[in-house]
Amino acid sequence: MTAHATAAAEPAHGHPTPGTYTKVGLVLFILTALEVALYEITFGEHAGALGDLRMVFVPALLTLSFAKFALVAMFYMHLKQDHRLFAGVFVFPLTIAAIVILALAALMAYHMAFAKSGG
Amino acid sequence: MSDAQAAHLDTSTGLDSRKLAIWTFIGSECMFFASLISTYVVYRNKSTVGPFPHQAWTDPATGKVVEGVIEIPLVTVGTALLLFSSLFVVLALYGAQKGNRKMLLGWLGATILCGLFFVGMQVYEFTHFVHKGLTLQRNMFGASFFTLTGFHGTHVTIGVIWLITMFVLALRKQLPPENSINLEMAALYWHFVDVVWIIIFPVVYLMQ
Repeated sequence: MTAHATAAAEPAHGHPTPGTYTKVGLVLFILTALEVALYEITFGEHAGALGDLRMVFVPALLTLSFAKFALVAMFYMHLKQDHRLFAGVFVFPLTIAAIVILALAALMAYHMAFAKSGG
Repeated sequence: MSDAQAAHLDTSTGLDSRKLAIWTFIGSECMFFASLISTYVVYRNKSTVGPFPHQAWTDPATGKVVEGVIEIPLVTVGTALLLFSSLFVVLALYGAQKGNRKMLLGWLGATILCGLFFVGMQVYEFTHFVHKGLTLQRNMFGASFFTLTGFHGTHVTIGVIWLITMFVLALRKQLPPENSINLEMAALYWHFVDVVWIIIFPVVYLMQ
């Protein structure tokens, strides 16, 4: 048996149990329901039910999405238990990707503000 | 794989090279989707003609009013199923690692069904949008929307094909515990497709 096969045949030490996976799945479902509920009370049919939430809508939505992203990456993709090098080759480009998105969004917002001011 | 397991591997890193390769690939895919998502964000609300995602629009040529094209309930169901499919595939992997063939086949089959439903949902959505007059060439929203979600849908389709391959291997008893790494790589790709949708769903469908 090769070294690869030997390693794979061993139980995955520290990997979560089906119970933990199910609990994480439940939390993911609740977070998605919260996202949609937030949309409904901000822009949907029940808009204004809890006041004007437009100012907190985007930050709240991004926070919920980040929480879901982190849960899937840590528990389902096993980054919490696996070797740090795997996390490194994922998180490094992910950080660059996030910076690219934020920088382009900021640049475009600045450009629009500059254009509106007649500059 | 734990550090204890890694110590068994005769590679320069001490880690499984196939797993490192799939993680590196996933890292490059992050950059790919970042470019598509940032393009969508930059062109958001820049369309001069409709149809629009959320607001109604009156076609000046016909006088016909076209409501916002986005349908939140349908996409929410698709999103929930994609999230559940991530749970199902990880349970299938657990079954593969433990040699539990029934668990492997059952959960893997459920994952494939969820993936197929998601692809079907997207095909219906695209057809619906085209019927409402939104095409790739119509406006900035159409161009960036179809490119972003189309590429994601293509990734989901490739993931479904990969998982079906794993299912067939498991049916033929060619996916024993010592080869569960093959399913683990497919599962990692599937989870990545899921986390990309976790970003796309709020950015494209919920933000106004």
